[in-house]
Amino acid sequence: MSTWASADPVSSGALLAVRDLKVTFPTEDGLVKAVDGLTFDLRAGETLGIVGESGSGKSVTSQAIMGLHRGSRAKVEGQIVFDGRDLLKIVDDDLRRMRGRDIAMIFQDPLSALHPYYTVGNQIVEAYRIHNDVSKAAARAHVIDMLDRVGIPNPQKRIDQYPHEFSGGMRQRAMIAMALVNSPRLIIADEPTTALDVTVQAQILNLLVDLQKEFGSSIIIITHDLGVVAELADNIMVMYGGKAVEGSSADEIFYEAEHPYTWGLLQSMPRIDAVKQARLQPIAGNPPSLINPPSGCAFHPRCAFRDDERLGCSSVVPRFEISDEHPTRCLIPQAERRAIFQTQIETRTA
Amino acid sequence: MTDLPTSGRTPDDEPAAASTSTATSTPSSAPTSTPTSTPTATPPSAHDASRDRTSGASGGRRFSRRRKAADDDVALGEVILEVTDLKKHFPMHTSGIIRRAADPVKAVDGISFSVRKGETLGLVGESGCGKSTAGRTLLQLLQPTSGSIRYKGKDVTNADPKELRKLRNEMQMVFQDPYGSLNPRQTVGTIIAAPFHIQGIKPEGGIKAEVQRLMERVGLNPEHYNRFPHEFSGGQRQRIGIARAVALRPKVIVCDEPVSALDVSIQAQVVNLLEDLQDEFELTYVFVAHDLAVIRHISDRVAVMYLGKIMELATRDELYENPLHPYTQALLSAVPIPDPRRENKRERILLKGDLPSPINPPSGCVFHTRCPRYREDLSEAERTRCTTEVPVIQGEEDHRVACHFAGPPKVDVI
Ligand SMILES: Nc1ncnc2c1ncn2[C@@H]1O[C@H](COP(=O)(O)OP(=O)(O)OP(=O)(O)O)[C@@H](O)[C@H]1O
Ligand SMILES: Nc1ncnc2c1ncn2[C@@H]1O[C@H](COP(=O)(O)OP(=O)(O)OP(=O)(O)O)[C@@H](O)[C@H]1O
Ligand code: SF4
Ligand SMILES: [Mg+2]
Ligand SMILES: [Mg+2]
Repeated sequence: MSTWASADPVSSGALLAVRDLKVTFPTEDGLVKAVDGLTFDLRAGETLGIVGESGSGKSVTSQAIMGLHRGSRAKVEGQIVFDGRDLLKIVDDDLRRMRGRDIAMIFQDPLSALHPYYTVGNQIVEAYRIHNDVSKAAARAHVIDMLDRVGIPNPQKRIDQYPHEFSGGMRQRAMIAMALVNSPRLIIADEPTTALDVTVQAQILNLLVDLQKEFGSSIIIITHDLGVVAELADNIMVMYGGKAVEGSSADEIFYEAEHPYTWGLLQSMPRIDAVKQARLQPIAGNPPSLINPPSGCAFHPRCAFRDDERLGCSSVVPRFEISDEHPTRCLIPQAERRAIFQTQIETRTA
Repeated sequence: MTDLPTSGRTPDDEPAAASTSTATSTPSSAPTSTPTSTPTATPPSAHDASRDRTSGASGGRRFSRRRKAADDDVALGEVILEVTDLKKHFPMHTSGIIRRAADPVKAVDGISFSVRKGETLGLVGESGCGKSTAGRTLLQLLQPTSGSIRYKGKDVTNADPKELRKLRNEMQMVFQDPYGSLNPRQTVGTIIAAPFHIQGIKPEGGIKAEVQRLMERVGLNPEHYNRFPHEFSGGQRQRIGIARAVALRPKVIVCDEPVSALDVSIQAQVVNLLEDLQDEFELTYVFVAHDLAVIRHISDRVAVMYLGKIMELATRDELYENPLHPYTQALLSAVPIPDPRRENKRERILLKGDLPSPINPPSGCVFHTRCPRYREDLSEAERTRCTTEVPVIQGEEDHRVACHFAGPPKVDVI
């Protein structure tokens, strides 16, 4: 990777180019700035991992890309350029046509995608026939094949069952089958395995990787589990309080992390591969308000490296330079950040 | 629902969620509390207990008995809790107008282990393997179907209400869901004070001062005494649950997924708090979780459960560095490591299929339907053993395994 994101989203060559995305919600308490100026590129066949604590804006970002805020009170600004077209500008009909065919989504809770009153098969057949002019019988055969591919045993029989007749892991697989039935070019997976056991998670992640290879899809994987992004992601964006605080290749994020929040994440996490279990080092304090975010660097109230006098952490807003290879929203000079990571950050690697 | 009857048990057919509350009762050695009543003879309800408190006649006698109990205390490192062949089966009924008994859910199906004072025993396994049921049965919030529980050397399995209530002084529970286990209409002060009221305990300096001291101890602002649960974050709510659990200075706390709902950074705060409280009060933990990294961090010994049985029980590093049961190996191998270079080199042991039903578990070794060793490495005769003969957990004290063909994995699992 050379730069985090190219200057021009349309000619960038990326499948998805998000520029300065902002999503705000008017509420009784004030305007919630849920996503506040996100920029990233996602190339064909690549996987971007988005990590960050609860409430940092990960799901709102994915909803914005899917166009799910349309018709709501949310205000969405910026550019979401998919294959050269700005999704924020196209008409509803076009968006609907692209949804499911070009861009598909996998949620944490499969029941939010599967209707309880229709058989699993009917729903996936419908999803397929909306975008493909084929007979019911042909669609059904295709769906049985798809269910088989996602590892649902006995698909000829299972296709006529209802979601409640499936186990949690099987429902998740059914939803993946539905998401992939049209071989979409972009798959957005929002905590796809968070509710599942590790053994089932391993099956599902394996499946995603295999299907990605087969279809050449790009994936955005949203998770709070750094292990999951380590396994899947080519690039990682770390979010805090609606903003990207750091973005780079997966290796850079894990082995040369530059943002104090990322350091905090790496240090607070217990590790299964740690031979010595040292005391965890939590990030002090609580998530920031999105209505009245902290001044200066939004992370400064919780930052162990804050320096108001020298750097102005509580007053100067740090920038996220998208022309950098590894942009980091922090006022500490880069050389110094690198030195801190090398000498002071114990990432608990075995 | 917040306050549990002090000596009732959850009926068998009530959903597990119905008991999401802290079991509370009189402390046997709470140094800061001044006993003022004789709660021993009270019927099992919070209401009656608090009424009894006002009568407060023979506090002195209770106090001397309590001191005696404290003298019986086991030393650090000695066995405090011993479970033998414990079973908890939930009776099931057929649906329809005439309800007939059907096969029971074998949620916990013959587990044995001991816990030493001051240590943390981790209980880990997939969803539905019986971890929570084991924890609840241990505290006798659920009536065991069979087997025995010994606490400080004494069989307490069929304790009468009086004994049970005393037991509940000393054993508490912290739950996963800070939302569900706190009454939304009660202030934090009231919630944390509940154990004192239920037990009729009046701490020195008054309940409010003691509650505020507890709040401070668990990292809550004591000035927030009058706030309601919804005004706190998830991590703070978990602190409220912890303050309530330690209020009466228990000896044993069953922690049921106490950090599973929290973000990593907040999770670390709560884990550290639990560790500190353990050191300070010589607490013994049974720590239930499905997160194998958290379990490795916090446990001294770890029991791996599958379909109501313990598959492997070993000291922490033994279990993680030398897992001998194919299930433990698959479980560890499934956990993604936050280290991309190592992650790319790892070979996963993938389990096929879903968890079988605990109503009708597989014959022989309950794991054989998903076992990679069974599938790939065994002869026909060996397989027959797996499908017909239930493996008994055996081995050294610090490492016991329930597998006919226990042995190291073919690939590194971590
Ligand atoms: N419809 C809405 N109206 C008002 N606020 C909203 C709405 N949807 C989301 N938010 C707020 O936006 C912020 C970001 O939410 P989002 O769901 O993106 O978080 P997240 O990073 O996905 O967190 P999690 O890890 O918990 O899923 C949160 O503070 C949330 O409360
Ligand atoms: N009150 C009940 N009645 C009937 N079955 C029950 C009851 N409580 C639990 N079970 C069943 O017993 C088994 C073990 O459940 P338990 O809640 O102990 O599992 P667990 O290991 O704690 O799972 P999780 O990780 O999902 O919390 C499950 O099959 C569950 O459905
Ligand atoms: S007893 Fe057989 S089936 Fe069970 S874990 Fe061991 S090898 Fe696998
Ligand atoms: Mg989310
Ligand atoms: Mg449980």
